[in-house]
Amino acid sequence: MKHYSAFAIAREALRGHTGWERAWRKATPKKRYDVVIVGAGGHGLATAYYLGRNHGIRNVAVLEKGWLGGGNTGRNTTIIRSNYLQDPSAAIYEKARSLYETMSQDLNYNVMYSPRGVMMLAQTEHEVRGYKRTAHANALQGVKTEFISPARVKELCPIIELRGPRYPVLGALWQDRAGTARHDAVAWGYARACSNMGMDIIQKCEVTGIRSENGQVTGVTTTKGDIACGKLGIVVAGHSGHLADMAGFRLPIESVALQALVSEPIKPCMDVVVMANTVHGYMSQSDKGEMVIGGGADGYNNYTQRGSFHHIEETVRALIETFPMISRLKMLRQWGGIVDMTGDRSPIISKTPLGNCFINCGWGTGGFKAIPGSGWATAELIARGEPGPLAAAFGLERFREGRFIDESVAAGVAH
Amino acid sequence: MLTLTCPYCGVAADETELHPGGEAHLARSGPDSADADFESYLFLRKNPRGVHFERWRHSHGCGKWFHAARDTRTMQVWGTYPAQVTEPPQDLLAAIADRTA
Ligand SMILES: Cc1cc2nc3c(=O)[nH]c(=O)nc-3n(C[C@H](O)[C@H](O)[C@H](O)COP(=O)(O)OP(=O)(O)OC[C@H]3O[C@@H](n4cnc5c(N)ncnc54)[C@H](O)[C@@H]3O)c2cc1C
Ligand SMILES: [Zn+2]
Repeated sequence: MKHYSAFAIAREALRGHTGWERAWRKATPKKRYDVVIVGAGGHGLATAYYLGRNHGIRNVAVLEKGWLGGGNTGRNTTIIRSNYLQDPSAAIYEKARSLYETMSQDLNYNVMYSPRGVMMLAQTEHEVRGYKRTAHANALQGVKTEFISPARVKELCPIIELRGPRYPVLGALWQDRAGTARHDAVAWGYARACSNMGMDIIQKCEVTGIRSENGQVTGVTTTKGDIACGKLGIVVAGHSGHLADMAGFRLPIESVALQALVSEPIKPCMDVVVMANTVHGYMSQSDKGEMVIGGGADGYNNYTQRGSFHHIEETVRALIETFPMISRLKMLRQWGGIVDMTGDRSPIISKTPLGNCFINCGWGTGGFKAIPGSGWATAELIARGEPGPLAAAFGLERFREGRFIDESVAAGVAH
Repeated sequence: MLTLTCPYCGVAADETELHPGGEAHLARSGPDSADADFESYLFLRKNPRGVHFERWRHSHGCGKWFHAARDTRTMQVWGTYPAQVTEPPQDLLAAIADRTA
Protein backbone atom coordinates (compact mmCIF):
# COMPACT_ATOMS: atom_id res chain seq x y z
CA MET A 1 0.00 0.00 0.00
CA LYS A 2 1.34 3.39 -0.92
CA HIS A 3 1.24 5.94 1.87
CA TYR A 4 -1.01 8.95 1.32
CA SER A 5 0.75 12.22 2.11
CA ALA A 6 1.26 15.77 0.90
CA PHE A 7 4.45 14.48 -0.70
CA ALA A 8 2.52 11.76 -2.58
CA ILE A 9 0.09 14.36 -3.94
CA ALA A 10 2.99 16.50 -5.17
CA ARG A 11 4.71 13.47 -6.72
CA GLU A 12 1.55 12.38 -8.51
CA ALA A 13 0.83 15.91 -9.67
CA LEU A 14 4.18 15.90 -11.41
CA ARG A 15 3.56 12.60 -13.19
CA GLY A 16 -0.05 13.12 -14.24
CA HIS A 17 -1.59 11.05 -11.44
CA THR A 18 -0.53 7.77 -13.05
CA GLY A 19 0.86 6.24 -9.85
CA TRP A 20 -2.24 5.94 -7.65
CA GLU A 21 -3.26 2.36 -6.96
CA ARG A 22 -6.61 0.81 -6.01
CA ALA A 23 -7.46 1.60 -2.41
CA TRP A 24 -8.20 -2.09 -1.79
CA ARG A 25 -7.49 -5.21 -3.84
CA LYS A 26 -10.25 -6.82 -5.85
CA ALA A 27 -10.49 -10.31 -4.37
CA THR A 28 -12.05 -13.63 -5.31
CA PRO A 29 -13.04 -15.88 -2.41
CA LYS A 30 -10.59 -18.48 -1.12
CA LYS A 31 -11.91 -21.88 -0.03
CA ARG A 32 -11.43 -21.19 3.66
CA TYR A 33 -10.76 -18.35 6.07
CA ASP A 34 -10.11 -18.29 9.80
CA VAL A 35 -12.82 -15.67 10.14
CA VAL A 36 -15.56 -14.64 7.72
CA ILE A 37 -17.39 -11.38 8.37
CA VAL A 38 -20.76 -10.94 6.65
CA GLY A 39 -21.46 -7.30 5.78
CA ALA A 40 -19.00 -4.64 4.65
CA GLY A 41 -20.57 -1.73 6.48
CA GLY A 42 -18.54 0.26 8.96
CA HIS A 43 -19.06 -2.25 11.78
CA GLY A 44 -18.05 -5.30 9.72
CA LEU A 45 -14.98 -3.59 8.30
CA ALA A 46 -13.91 -2.18 11.67
CA THR A 47 -14.30 -5.65 13.18
CA ALA A 48 -12.00 -7.09 10.50
CA TYR A 49 -9.53 -4.25 10.98
CA TYR A 50 -9.21 -4.80 14.73
CA LEU A 51 -9.05 -8.59 14.30
CA GLY A 52 -5.88 -7.93 12.34
CA ARG A 53 -4.49 -5.01 14.28
CA ASN A 54 -5.27 -6.00 17.87
CA HIS A 55 -5.33 -9.80 17.61
CA GLY A 56 -3.09 -10.71 14.68
CA ILE A 57 -5.88 -12.60 12.88
CA ARG A 58 -5.44 -11.78 9.21
CA ASN A 59 -6.81 -14.74 7.27
CA VAL A 60 -10.12 -12.89 7.10
CA ALA A 61 -12.74 -12.20 4.43
CA VAL A 62 -15.44 -9.55 4.52
CA LEU A 63 -18.38 -10.51 2.31
CA GLU A 64 -20.74 -7.83 1.01
CA LYS A 65 -23.87 -8.48 -1.04
CA GLY A 66 -23.91 -5.03 -2.60
CA TRP A 67 -21.15 -2.50 -2.60
CA LEU A 68 -18.95 -1.51 0.27
CA GLY A 69 -20.64 1.00 2.55
CA GLY A 70 -23.86 0.80 0.51
CA GLY A 71 -25.91 -0.05 3.59
CA ASN A 72 -26.59 2.33 6.46
CA THR A 73 -22.94 3.31 6.71
CA GLY A 74 -23.28 5.30 3.49
CA ARG A 75 -26.80 6.54 4.25
CA ASN A 76 -26.57 8.19 7.64
CA THR A 77 -26.35 11.78 8.82
CA THR A 78 -22.91 11.12 10.40
CA ILE A 79 -23.55 12.46 13.89
CA ILE A 80 -20.89 11.32 16.36
CA ARG A 81 -21.43 11.80 20.09
CA SER A 82 -21.03 9.82 23.31
CA ASN A 83 -23.40 11.54 25.75
CA TYR A 84 -25.46 8.46 26.58
CA LEU A 85 -27.18 7.81 29.89
CA GLN A 86 -26.19 4.26 30.81
CA ASP A 87 -22.62 3.32 31.76
CA PRO A 88 -22.10 0.50 29.22
CA SER A 89 -23.25 2.81 26.40
CA ALA A 90 -21.09 5.71 27.51
CA ALA A 91 -18.09 3.34 27.66
CA ILE A 92 -18.40 1.98 24.11
CA TYR A 93 -19.55 5.22 22.46
CA GLU A 94 -16.82 7.23 24.18
CA LYS A 95 -14.23 4.63 23.13
CA ALA A 96 -15.52 5.04 19.58
CA ARG A 97 -15.50 8.82 19.72
CA SER A 98 -11.95 8.88 20.99
CA LEU A 99 -10.87 6.47 18.22
CA TYR A 100 -12.51 8.79 15.67
CA GLU A 101 -10.20 11.58 16.83
CA THR A 102 -7.15 9.74 15.52
CA MET A 103 -8.78 7.63 12.82
CA SER A 104 -7.41 9.60 9.87
CA GLN A 105 -3.86 9.15 11.18
CA ASP A 106 -4.38 5.51 12.21
CA LEU A 107 -5.78 4.54 8.80
CA ASN A 108 -3.74 7.02 6.75
CA TYR A 109 -7.07 7.99 5.22
CA ASN A 110 -8.81 11.32 5.68
CA VAL A 111 -12.18 10.60 7.30
CA MET A 112 -12.75 14.33 7.86
CA TYR A 113 -13.63 13.94 11.53
CA SER A 114 -14.95 17.31 12.57
CA PRO A 115 -15.43 17.74 16.34
CA ARG A 116 -17.66 20.75 15.83
CA GLY A 117 -19.89 20.08 18.83
CA VAL A 118 -23.34 18.53 19.11
CA MET A 119 -26.27 20.04 20.97
CA MET A 120 -29.42 18.14 21.84
CA LEU A 121 -32.21 20.65 22.32
CA ALA A 122 -34.49 20.36 25.31
CA GLN A 123 -37.90 21.46 24.07
CA THR A 124 -40.10 20.13 26.86
CA GLU A 125 -39.73 20.22 30.66
CA HIS A 126 -39.36 16.46 30.56
CA GLU A 127 -36.37 16.77 28.26
CA VAL A 128 -34.79 19.44 30.48
CA ARG A 129 -34.89 17.02 33.40
CA GLY A 130 -33.76 14.10 31.22
CA TYR A 131 -30.74 15.94 29.81
CA LYS A 132 -29.69 17.35 33.18
CA ARG A 133 -29.72 13.80 34.45
CA THR A 134 -27.64 12.69 31.45
CA ALA A 135 -25.14 15.52 32.04
CA HIS A 136 -24.71 14.31 35.66
CA ALA A 137 -24.33 10.71 34.49
CA ASN A 138 -21.76 11.81 31.91
CA ALA A 139 -19.78 13.65 34.61
CA LEU A 140 -19.55 10.39 36.57
CA GLN A 141 -18.60 8.47 33.42
CA GLY A 142 -15.81 10.91 32.56
CA VAL A 143 -17.56 12.08 29.39
CA LYS A 144 -17.41 15.86 29.13
CA THR A 145 -20.87 17.32 28.52
CA GLU A 146 -22.86 20.20 30.00
CA PHE A 147 -26.43 21.43 30.15
CA ILE A 148 -26.50 24.89 28.59
CA SER A 149 -28.98 27.77 28.72
CA PRO A 150 -31.10 29.02 25.80
CA ALA A 151 -28.85 32.10 25.57
CA ARG A 152 -25.79 29.88 25.11
CA VAL A 153 -27.70 27.83 22.50
CA LYS A 154 -28.34 31.03 20.54
CA GLU A 155 -24.70 32.03 20.86
CA LEU A 156 -23.49 28.68 19.49
CA CYS A 157 -26.14 28.51 16.77
CA PRO A 158 -27.54 31.94 15.87
CA ILE A 159 -30.01 30.63 13.28
CA ILE A 160 -32.11 28.92 15.97
CA GLU A 161 -35.43 30.50 16.94
CA LEU A 162 -35.68 30.03 20.70
CA ARG A 163 -39.33 31.01 21.12
CA GLY A 164 -41.12 28.67 18.75
CA PRO A 165 -44.81 28.57 19.65
CA ARG A 166 -45.00 24.78 19.84
CA TYR A 167 -41.43 23.82 20.66
CA PRO A 168 -39.58 26.57 22.56
CA VAL A 169 -35.88 25.92 23.27
CA LEU A 170 -35.48 25.52 27.04
CA GLY A 171 -31.79 24.57 27.01
CA ALA A 172 -29.59 21.88 25.53
CA LEU A 173 -27.21 19.05 26.32
CA TRP A 174 -23.93 20.14 24.76
CA GLN A 175 -20.91 17.95 23.96
CA ASP A 176 -18.13 20.03 22.46
CA ARG A 177 -15.95 17.05 21.41
CA ALA A 178 -18.79 15.49 19.42
CA GLY A 179 -19.25 16.16 15.70
CA THR A 180 -19.37 14.51 12.29
CA ALA A 181 -17.15 12.55 9.88
CA ARG A 182 -17.26 11.56 6.22
CA HIS A 183 -19.22 8.28 6.25
CA ASP A 184 -17.97 6.72 2.98
CA ALA A 185 -14.39 7.53 3.93
CA VAL A 186 -14.75 5.54 7.14
CA ALA A 187 -15.73 2.44 5.15
CA TRP A 188 -13.11 3.07 2.46
CA GLY A 189 -10.35 3.76 4.97
CA TYR A 190 -10.98 0.54 6.89
CA ALA A 191 -11.27 -1.47 3.66
CA ARG A 192 -7.93 -0.15 2.47
CA ALA A 193 -6.27 -0.94 5.79
CA CYS A 194 -7.80 -4.45 5.87
CA SER A 195 -6.74 -5.17 2.32
CA ASN A 196 -3.27 -4.00 3.21
CA MET A 197 -3.15 -6.58 6.00
CA GLY A 198 -3.90 -9.28 3.40
CA MET A 199 -7.62 -9.58 4.07
CA ASP A 200 -10.11 -10.11 1.23
CA ILE A 201 -12.93 -7.61 0.76
CA ILE A 202 -15.41 -9.31 -1.56
CA GLN A 203 -18.26 -7.23 -2.96
CA LYS A 204 -21.37 -8.49 -4.79
CA CYS A 205 -21.15 -11.66 -2.73
CA GLU A 206 -24.40 -12.36 -0.90
CA VAL A 207 -24.51 -14.89 1.89
CA THR A 208 -27.52 -17.13 1.21
CA GLY A 209 -26.99 -19.83 3.82
CA ILE A 210 -25.04 -20.67 6.95
CA ARG A 211 -23.57 -24.16 7.29
CA SER A 212 -22.96 -25.91 10.57
CA GLU A 213 -22.06 -29.29 12.05
CA ASN A 214 -22.81 -30.43 15.60
CA GLY A 215 -23.92 -26.94 16.59
CA GLN A 216 -20.72 -25.29 15.31
CA VAL A 217 -20.57 -23.03 12.29
CA THR A 218 -18.49 -24.45 9.41
CA GLY A 219 -19.01 -21.95 6.63
CA VAL A 220 -21.37 -19.98 4.45
CA THR A 221 -23.10 -20.47 1.13
CA THR A 222 -22.80 -17.42 -1.11
CA THR A 223 -23.60 -16.23 -4.59
CA LYS A 224 -19.89 -16.77 -5.29
CA GLY A 225 -19.82 -20.35 -3.98
CA ASP A 226 -19.27 -22.04 -0.63
CA ILE A 227 -16.73 -20.57 1.76
CA ALA A 228 -15.55 -22.42 4.86
CA CYS A 229 -14.61 -20.60 8.03
CA GLY A 230 -13.43 -21.24 11.56
CA LYS A 231 -15.50 -18.40 12.99
CA LEU A 232 -18.30 -16.30 11.58
CA GLY A 233 -19.25 -12.71 12.38
CA ILE A 234 -22.69 -11.51 11.27
CA VAL A 235 -22.64 -7.72 10.95
CA VAL A 236 -25.54 -6.86 8.64
CA ALA A 237 -27.65 -4.24 10.49
CA GLY A 238 -31.20 -4.28 9.06
CA HIS A 239 -30.72 -7.74 7.59
CA SER A 240 -29.75 -9.37 10.90
CA GLY A 241 -33.09 -11.13 11.31
CA HIS A 242 -32.69 -12.68 7.88
CA LEU A 243 -29.19 -13.97 8.64
CA ALA A 244 -30.25 -15.18 12.10
CA ASP A 245 -33.00 -17.14 10.40
CA MET A 246 -30.33 -18.86 8.25
CA ALA A 247 -28.37 -19.67 11.41
CA GLY A 248 -31.49 -20.99 13.13
CA PHE A 249 -32.25 -18.45 15.86
CA ARG A 250 -34.48 -15.44 16.39
CA LEU A 251 -33.42 -11.95 17.45
CA PRO A 252 -35.05 -9.19 19.49
CA ILE A 253 -34.89 -7.00 16.40
CA GLU A 254 -37.27 -5.32 14.02
CA SER A 255 -36.13 -3.70 10.78
CA VAL A 256 -37.65 -0.35 9.90
CA ALA A 257 -36.91 2.48 7.49
CA LEU A 258 -35.18 5.64 8.64
CA GLN A 259 -34.88 8.59 6.29
CA ALA A 260 -32.65 11.57 5.68
CA LEU A 261 -32.57 14.44 3.19
CA VAL A 262 -30.24 17.20 2.05
CA SER A 263 -30.93 20.69 0.80
CA GLU A 264 -29.34 22.68 -1.97
CA PRO A 265 -25.96 24.05 -0.85
CA ILE A 266 -25.97 27.44 0.85
CA LYS A 267 -23.32 29.65 2.45
CA PRO A 268 -22.02 28.55 5.86
CA CYS A 269 -24.73 29.28 8.44
CA MET A 270 -24.25 26.76 11.25
CA ASP A 271 -21.06 25.16 12.50
CA VAL A 272 -22.51 22.83 15.11
CA VAL A 273 -24.82 19.81 14.92
CA VAL A 274 -28.31 20.33 16.32
CA MET A 275 -30.56 17.47 17.37
CA ALA A 276 -34.20 18.09 18.24
CA ASN A 277 -35.30 14.74 19.58
CA THR A 278 -38.84 15.67 20.57
CA VAL A 279 -39.72 16.46 16.98
CA HIS A 280 -37.34 13.93 15.36
CA GLY A 281 -35.29 16.49 13.49
CA TYR A 282 -31.50 16.57 13.19
CA MET A 283 -29.54 19.11 11.23
CA SER A 284 -25.97 19.98 10.37
CA GLN A 285 -24.28 21.67 7.44
CA SER A 286 -21.97 19.66 5.22
CA ASP A 287 -18.67 20.99 3.94
CA LYS A 288 -20.36 21.43 0.56
CA GLY A 289 -22.94 23.72 2.19
CA GLU A 290 -25.93 21.39 2.08
CA MET A 291 -28.14 21.23 5.15
CA VAL A 292 -28.14 17.55 6.13
CA ILE A 293 -31.40 16.59 7.84
CA GLY A 294 -32.33 13.36 9.56
CA GLY A 295 -35.86 12.38 10.47
CA GLY A 296 -37.75 9.84 12.54
CA ALA A 297 -38.05 6.11 11.93
CA ASP A 298 -41.16 4.47 10.51
CA GLY A 299 -43.29 2.44 12.86
CA TYR A 300 -43.53 -0.76 10.85
CA ASN A 301 -41.21 -3.43 9.46
CA ASN A 302 -39.77 -2.71 6.06
CA TYR A 303 -36.84 -3.81 3.89
CA THR A 304 -37.38 -1.49 0.91
CA GLN A 305 -34.96 1.34 1.86
CA ARG A 306 -37.82 3.76 1.19
CA GLY A 307 -39.63 5.40 4.06
CA SER A 308 -42.99 7.09 4.51
CA PHE A 309 -43.33 10.56 3.10
CA HIS A 310 -45.33 11.83 6.05
CA HIS A 311 -42.30 11.37 8.31
CA ILE A 312 -40.27 13.68 6.12
CA GLU A 313 -43.14 16.14 6.23
CA GLU A 314 -43.34 16.00 10.03
CA THR A 315 -39.60 16.47 10.44
CA VAL A 316 -39.42 19.41 8.08
CA ARG A 317 -42.54 21.02 9.53
CA ALA A 318 -41.04 20.95 13.01
CA LEU A 319 -37.56 22.05 11.93
CA ILE A 320 -38.94 25.08 10.13
CA GLU A 321 -40.30 26.32 13.43
CA THR A 322 -36.87 26.03 15.05
CA PHE A 323 -34.93 27.19 11.98
CA PRO A 324 -37.24 29.66 10.18
CA MET A 325 -34.49 30.52 7.66
CA ILE A 326 -34.68 27.08 6.02
CA SER A 327 -38.33 27.51 5.06
CA ARG A 328 -37.59 28.39 1.46
CA LEU A 329 -34.70 25.98 0.93
CA LYS A 330 -35.11 23.43 -1.82
CA MET A 331 -34.43 19.83 -0.89
CA LEU A 332 -32.18 18.00 -3.33
CA ARG A 333 -32.29 14.38 -2.30
CA GLN A 334 -34.06 12.11 0.15
CA TRP A 335 -33.27 8.47 0.95
CA GLY A 336 -33.87 5.72 3.45
CA GLY A 337 -31.91 3.01 5.20
CA ILE A 338 -33.13 -0.10 6.99
CA VAL A 339 -32.25 0.16 10.66
CA ASP A 340 -32.22 -2.66 13.19
CA MET A 341 -34.17 -1.69 16.30
CA THR A 342 -33.90 -3.62 19.58
CA GLY A 343 -36.35 -3.53 22.47
CA ASP A 344 -34.11 -1.39 24.70
CA ARG A 345 -32.65 0.69 21.84
CA SER A 346 -29.15 -0.62 22.61
CA PRO A 347 -26.97 -2.75 20.37
CA ILE A 348 -26.10 -6.43 20.52
CA ILE A 349 -22.50 -7.69 20.48
CA SER A 350 -22.85 -11.31 21.35
CA LYS A 351 -22.25 -14.99 21.05
CA THR A 352 -25.20 -16.77 19.47
CA PRO A 353 -26.89 -20.15 19.97
CA LEU A 354 -24.69 -21.41 17.10
CA GLY A 355 -21.11 -22.19 18.15
CA ASN A 356 -18.35 -19.91 16.80
CA CYS A 357 -20.98 -17.67 15.26
CA PHE A 358 -21.06 -14.13 16.62
CA ILE A 359 -23.37 -11.24 15.94
CA ASN A 360 -23.07 -7.46 16.00
CA CYS A 361 -26.33 -5.65 15.33
CA GLY A 362 -29.08 -3.53 16.82
CA TRP A 363 -27.33 -0.20 16.33
CA GLY A 364 -30.61 1.07 14.97
CA THR A 365 -30.72 4.76 14.20
CA GLY A 366 -27.39 5.57 15.83
CA GLY A 367 -24.51 3.26 15.01
CA PHE A 368 -22.31 5.35 12.76
CA LYS A 369 -20.77 7.04 15.78
CA ALA A 370 -20.00 3.65 17.30
CA ILE A 371 -18.11 2.08 14.40
CA PRO A 372 -14.54 2.02 15.76
CA GLY A 373 -15.54 1.10 19.33
CA SER A 374 -17.90 -1.57 18.11
CA GLY A 375 -15.27 -3.03 15.78
CA TRP A 376 -12.79 -3.05 18.65
CA ALA A 377 -15.22 -4.89 20.95
CA THR A 378 -16.49 -7.33 18.32
CA ALA A 379 -12.97 -8.27 17.22
CA GLU A 380 -12.13 -9.02 20.85
CA LEU A 381 -15.26 -11.19 21.17
CA ILE A 382 -14.49 -13.13 17.98
CA ALA A 383 -10.77 -13.55 18.73
CA ARG A 384 -11.22 -14.73 22.34
CA GLY A 385 -14.62 -16.35 22.03
CA GLU A 386 -15.75 -14.36 25.09
CA PRO A 387 -16.77 -10.70 25.34
CA GLY A 388 -14.29 -8.20 26.78
CA PRO A 389 -15.25 -5.31 29.08
CA LEU A 390 -16.73 -3.13 26.30
CA ALA A 391 -19.05 -5.84 24.94
CA ALA A 392 -19.95 -7.70 28.15
CA ALA A 393 -23.20 -5.85 28.85
CA PHE A 394 -24.43 -6.10 25.25
CA GLY A 395 -25.04 -9.86 25.11
CA LEU A 396 -28.24 -11.35 23.73
CA GLU A 397 -29.04 -12.97 27.08
CA ARG A 398 -29.93 -9.57 28.56
CA PHE A 399 -33.38 -9.79 26.99
CA ARG A 400 -34.06 -13.04 28.81
CA GLU A 401 -32.53 -11.89 32.07
CA GLY A 402 -34.13 -8.45 32.07
CA ARG A 403 -30.78 -6.60 32.22
CA PHE A 404 -31.72 -3.96 29.68
CA ILE A 405 -29.50 -1.05 28.73
CA ASP A 406 -32.37 1.33 28.43
CA GLU A 407 -31.38 4.21 26.20
CA SER A 408 -34.90 4.99 25.10
CA VAL A 409 -35.71 6.76 28.38
CA ALA A 410 -34.39 10.23 27.71
CA ALA A 411 -34.94 10.73 24.02
CA GLY A 412 -36.62 7.67 22.59
CA VAL A 413 -34.18 7.93 19.73
CA ALA A 414 -30.44 7.91 19.39
CA HIS A 415 -28.87 9.12 16.18
CA MET B 1 -48.29 6.16 1.15
CA LEU B 2 -49.26 2.77 2.54
CA THR B 3 -53.02 2.18 2.32
CA LEU B 4 -54.84 -0.56 4.23
CA THR B 5 -58.53 -1.34 4.09
CA CYS B 6 -60.04 -1.59 7.54
CA PRO B 7 -61.97 -4.89 7.71
CA TYR B 8 -64.48 -3.37 10.15
CA CYS B 9 -65.59 -0.06 8.65
CA GLY B 10 -64.40 -0.76 5.10
CA VAL B 11 -62.46 2.49 4.80
CA ALA B 12 -59.29 2.40 2.67
CA ALA B 13 -57.13 4.18 5.23
CA ASP B 14 -53.81 5.95 4.62
CA GLU B 15 -51.06 5.06 7.07
CA THR B 16 -51.42 8.50 8.70
CA GLU B 17 -54.87 7.36 9.83
CA LEU B 18 -53.50 4.13 11.28
CA HIS B 19 -51.24 3.08 14.11
CA PRO B 20 -48.85 0.15 13.61
CA GLY B 21 -48.91 -2.54 16.28
CA GLY B 22 -46.11 -4.91 15.31
CA GLU B 23 -45.99 -8.66 14.69
CA ALA B 24 -49.34 -10.43 14.90
CA HIS B 25 -50.37 -13.73 16.50
CA LEU B 26 -47.83 -13.67 19.33
CA ALA B 27 -48.71 -16.17 22.04
CA ARG B 28 -49.05 -14.24 25.26
CA SER B 29 -47.11 -15.58 28.26
CA GLY B 30 -48.71 -15.63 31.68
CA PRO B 31 -47.29 -15.20 35.21
CA ASP B 32 -46.05 -18.79 35.51
CA SER B 33 -44.17 -18.85 32.23
CA ALA B 34 -40.44 -19.46 31.96
CA ASP B 35 -38.00 -16.59 31.28
CA ALA B 36 -37.48 -17.88 27.75
CA ASP B 37 -41.23 -17.62 27.07
CA PHE B 38 -41.32 -14.03 28.26
CA GLU B 39 -38.26 -13.24 26.16
CA SER B 40 -39.98 -14.71 23.16
CA TYR B 41 -43.27 -12.95 23.78
CA LEU B 42 -41.80 -9.55 24.62
CA PHE B 43 -38.77 -9.27 22.36
CA LEU B 44 -38.02 -12.01 19.83
CA ARG B 45 -39.52 -11.26 16.43
CA LYS B 46 -39.72 -13.04 13.08
CA ASN B 47 -38.92 -9.76 11.30
CA PRO B 48 -39.19 -11.53 7.92
CA ARG B 49 -37.88 -10.26 4.64
CA GLY B 50 -41.13 -11.27 2.96
CA VAL B 51 -44.73 -11.61 4.07
CA HIS B 52 -45.31 -10.12 7.53
CA PHE B 53 -48.50 -10.68 9.50
CA GLU B 54 -48.99 -7.60 11.61
CA ARG B 55 -51.37 -5.65 13.81
CA TRP B 56 -52.76 -2.22 13.01
CA ARG B 57 -55.22 0.06 14.70
CA HIS B 58 -57.60 2.27 12.76
CA SER B 59 -56.83 4.94 15.33
CA HIS B 60 -58.13 7.98 13.46
CA GLY B 61 -61.15 6.07 12.15
CA CYS B 62 -63.36 3.50 13.78
CA GLY B 63 -60.69 2.78 16.42
CA LYS B 64 -60.62 -0.99 15.90
CA TRP B 65 -57.54 -3.20 15.93
CA PHE B 66 -57.15 -5.45 12.88
CA HIS B 67 -54.57 -7.59 11.08
CA ALA B 68 -52.75 -7.16 7.77
CA ALA B 69 -50.51 -9.35 5.62
CA ARG B 70 -47.88 -7.22 3.90
CA ASP B 71 -44.66 -8.02 2.05
CA THR B 72 -41.77 -6.13 3.66
CA ARG B 73 -39.69 -6.31 0.44
CA THR B 74 -42.28 -4.85 -1.91
CA MET B 75 -44.90 -3.23 0.38
CA GLN B 76 -47.49 -5.35 -1.41
CA VAL B 77 -50.55 -5.79 0.80
CA TRP B 78 -52.01 -9.30 0.60
CA GLY B 79 -55.06 -8.50 2.63
CA THR B 80 -56.49 -7.41 5.96
CA TYR B 81 -58.58 -9.43 8.41
CA PRO B 82 -60.25 -9.02 11.80
CA ALA B 83 -58.38 -9.08 15.10
CA GLN B 84 -60.34 -11.91 16.72
CA VAL B 85 -58.26 -14.75 15.29
CA THR B 86 -55.07 -16.45 16.45
CA GLU B 87 -53.77 -17.18 12.97
CA PRO B 88 -54.21 -15.80 9.44
CA PRO B 89 -57.29 -17.04 7.53
CA GLN B 90 -56.69 -20.14 5.37
CA ASP B 91 -57.81 -18.49 2.11
CA LEU B 92 -55.29 -15.66 2.62
CA LEU B 93 -52.47 -18.14 3.31
CA ALA B 94 -53.50 -20.12 0.24
CA ALA B 95 -53.53 -17.00 -1.95
CA ILE B 96 -50.06 -16.03 -0.73
CA ALA B 97 -48.69 -19.56 -1.23
CA ASP B 98 -50.24 -19.66 -4.67
CA ARG B 99 -48.74 -16.37 -5.82
CA THR B 100 -45.30 -16.72 -4.21
CA ALA B 101 -44.71 -20.37 -5.16
C1 LIG C 1 -31.04 7.89 7.43
C2 LIG C 1 -30.13 7.41 8.50
C3 LIG C 1 -29.50 8.33 9.34
C4 LIG C 1 -28.64 7.92 10.34
N1 LIG C 1 -27.98 8.85 11.07
C5 LIG C 1 -27.04 8.48 11.97
C6 LIG C 1 -26.25 9.46 12.65
O1 LIG C 1 -26.39 10.66 12.44
N2 LIG C 1 -25.33 9.02 13.55
C7 LIG C 1 -25.14 7.70 13.82
O2 LIG C 1 -24.31 7.38 14.65
N3 LIG C 1 -25.84 6.74 13.15
C8 LIG C 1 -26.78 7.10 12.24
N4 LIG C 1 -27.50 6.14 11.56
C9 LIG C 1 -27.31 4.71 11.88
C10 LIG C 1 -26.06 4.16 11.21
O3 LIG C 1 -26.08 4.47 9.85
C11 LIG C 1 -26.01 2.64 11.38
O4 LIG C 1 -26.23 2.27 12.72
C12 LIG C 1 -24.65 2.08 10.97
O5 LIG C 1 -24.23 2.64 9.76
C13 LIG C 1 -24.74 0.59 10.86
O6 LIG C 1 -23.56 0.11 10.29
P1 LIG C 1 -23.42 -1.42 9.95
O7 LIG C 1 -22.04 -1.64 9.48
O8 LIG C 1 -23.89 -2.21 11.11
O9 LIG C 1 -24.52 -1.66 8.82
P2 LIG C 1 -24.53 -1.35 7.25
O10 LIG C 1 -23.71 -0.19 6.90
O11 LIG C 1 -25.97 -1.34 6.84
O12 LIG C 1 -23.79 -2.61 6.68
C14 LIG C 1 -24.37 -3.89 6.62
C15 LIG C 1 -23.99 -4.49 5.30
O13 LIG C 1 -24.38 -5.85 5.27
C16 LIG C 1 -24.70 -6.16 3.93
N5 LIG C 1 -25.49 -7.39 3.89
C17 LIG C 1 -26.78 -7.57 4.28
N6 LIG C 1 -27.17 -8.83 4.06
C18 LIG C 1 -26.10 -9.48 3.50
C19 LIG C 1 -25.90 -10.81 3.04
N7 LIG C 1 -26.86 -11.74 3.09
N8 LIG C 1 -24.67 -11.12 2.52
C20 LIG C 1 -23.69 -10.19 2.45
N9 LIG C 1 -23.84 -8.92 2.88
C21 LIG C 1 -25.03 -8.57 3.41
C22 LIG C 1 -25.47 -4.93 3.45
O14 LIG C 1 -25.48 -4.84 2.07
C23 LIG C 1 -24.69 -3.80 4.12
O15 LIG C 1 -23.72 -3.21 3.29
C24 LIG C 1 -28.40 6.52 10.55
C25 LIG C 1 -29.03 5.59 9.71
C26 LIG C 1 -29.87 6.02 8.69
C27 LIG C 1 -30.50 5.00 7.81
ZN1 LIG D 1 -62.03 1.16 10.61
